Amino acid sequence: MKRSSITFWVGAAVFLIAALAMTQIVHNQYPFFAGYIILQFIALAVAWSILGGYAGYVNFGTSAFYGVGVYGSVFLVKAFGAPLPLQILAGAAIGALMGLALGLLTLRMQGIFFSIATIALTIVIETTITNWRYVGGAAGIQIQRPEVTAPFDSYVQMLFFVQALLVVLAVAISRYIQHSWIGRGLQALRDDELAAECTGVPTLRLKLLACVISGALMCAVGAPAAMYLQYADPGSAFNLNYSVTTLAMSLIGGTAHWAGPIIGAILLGTTQQVLTVTISSEVNLLVLGLMLVLFVVGAPEGIVGLIYKLRGNRKEGEI
Amino acid sequence: MFSLDLLLDAVVIGVLLGCFYGAVSLGLSVSFGLLDVPHVAHPAFLVLASYAVYFLNEQYAVDPLLAGLLITPVFFLFGLAAYRLYYETFERRGSDAAVRGIAFFFGIAFIIEVLIILQFGVDQRSVTADYIGKAWRLGEIRIPYRLLVAFAVATTLTILLTLYLSRTFMGRAIRAVAQDEEALRLMGTNPVKIKQWAFGIATAVLGISGALLIIVAPVDPTLDRAYIGRTFCVVVMAGLGSMGGTLVAAIILGVAESIVLTMFGASWAPAISFAMLLGILAVRPQGLFGRRS
Repeated sequence: MKRSSITFWVGAAVFLIAALAMTQIVHNQYPFFAGYIILQFIALAVAWSILGGYAGYVNFGTSAFYGVGVYGSVFLVKAFGAPLPLQILAGAAIGALMGLALGLLTLRMQGIFFSIATIALTIVIETTITNWRYVGGAAGIQIQRPEVTAPFDSYVQMLFFVQALLVVLAVAISRYIQHSWIGRGLQALRDDELAAECTGVPTLRLKLLACVISGALMCAVGAPAAMYLQYADPGSAFNLNYSVTTLAMSLIGGTAHWAGPIIGAILLGTTQQVLTVTISSEVNLLVLGLMLVLFVVGAPEGIVGLIYKLRGNRKEGEI
Repeated sequence: MFSLDLLLDAVVIGVLLGCFYGAVSLGLSVSFGLLDVPHVAHPAFLVLASYAVYFLNEQYAVDPLLAGLLITPVFFLFGLAAYRLYYETFERRGSDAAVRGIAFFFGIAFIIEVLIILQFGVDQRSVTADYIGKAWRLGEIRIPYRLLVAFAVATTLTILLTLYLSRTFMGRAIRAVAQDEEALRLMGTNPVKIKQWAFGIATAVLGISGALLIIVAPVDPTLDRAYIGRTFCVVVMAGLGSMGGTLVAAIILGVAESIVLTMFGASWAPAISFAMLLGILAVRPQGLFGRRS
């Protein structure tokens, strides 16, 4: 194991222990409600950047995967009373299949055509769910939470910890991809798909792989949301706001490094929670949009890019 | 449940609706079809135009169509500025620009949406005029006047734009830019200026399209999301950059939507355009009347 790997896993362990300790010490429920949302967006942004960042395919379909995760759980709970771990696993499996389908469907599409296709997929799935009476249709559906198991006092605390686990999983996968041949291949196809193909990079297979991994993670992240809200309706489960928020977090953080989306999600997620509570959710969306445009125009490599630049300049200065 | 009358009715309404879809897609046909700008914010600009028309109609009782004409110059300037910003920040930098260009326009669309919500709220808005709310009876078929107005304006707009692109000097220059930008540069012209002008025209057309949008049905701030599907479906189906093709493709979409609406109910309607778009992208990405093989 390399030193950086040891540091990473120690950091992940400390993070999980801290999250667990928090559920035991803090009794106020609000930090868990807010924290869950932030963790959820960290996981989504990290998952998004596997396809959107490394491979450069701008996916507007985050809400499609998230919504399918939510409704996968709704269906499993209603039909079989499935427990949470099963919901998440099933979510990941459905997400992987959906990612594969998306990848196959958009095999030869690039740039804007891919992005538009992902929006189209979102709306088509949303409409299908809206017309599916069993899971509540357009009106939505109420879901009962089961009894919470020890060591947690409340269900939201448990969900908070579960989401923390998902974050660690997503980050570990993203980090592994960046440092492996998959990441290098994806970056090559991002820079020039034709050139990559010509030099022997299996671009189509890599693209499919990225779609599958990214999709599985997004669906898995969406799965516990049904239990979090105890309610699901197609309009909010498939809301395009998830897509914009996730995309903004990844791009603002920077997609050149696995840590970028985490930084972006923590920064924006926290700002959003504060703004929603103090001013209004509209203003919070406005700030999100403005920051996205500002960063895309002014700092295309995101915060990570800015950090690299600062470091680079300092090094040059030293020499 | 199924009858020939009903089908005929659906087809007639569908053709009229289709012409309207053509009108709202014309701008995108220029900006995305001819200029290759990933203009995801086109429907947001459209809804913005509708709200401008609503404002003029509500405050000063201006006829919606006249209001659409009045805001056209403003939208022209807006388009010039938008393209300049896009060009300076993305096209000129090259390489990675496409990815961020899409995110840029998506962000712009989002900002417009939120600004409209902050200003006008989330409720549906509509305009008032003599021809809204009444219908023309043609035998068994009932045709709302507002659809006829939309139909007339849409066809006029398409003809004018086609003539502009084929007969005027600037119009031909725009098509030349779409065909071979490098050749134009070699002949000593500035393709960026021509593209900026074309983007201005594309945005100016939205003034009138926006008026049609709010004439045909009430608008709400997030309506642009549904029109991402419709406008892109029409433009991609038409084959990038073909004006006549745009109208034909729009009529196909209108008829398809109208028939599904009659047969299966309104809850399936939003998915039609997106499903068609997905199908076309997967099977025949160059569209029906494509300029590229």
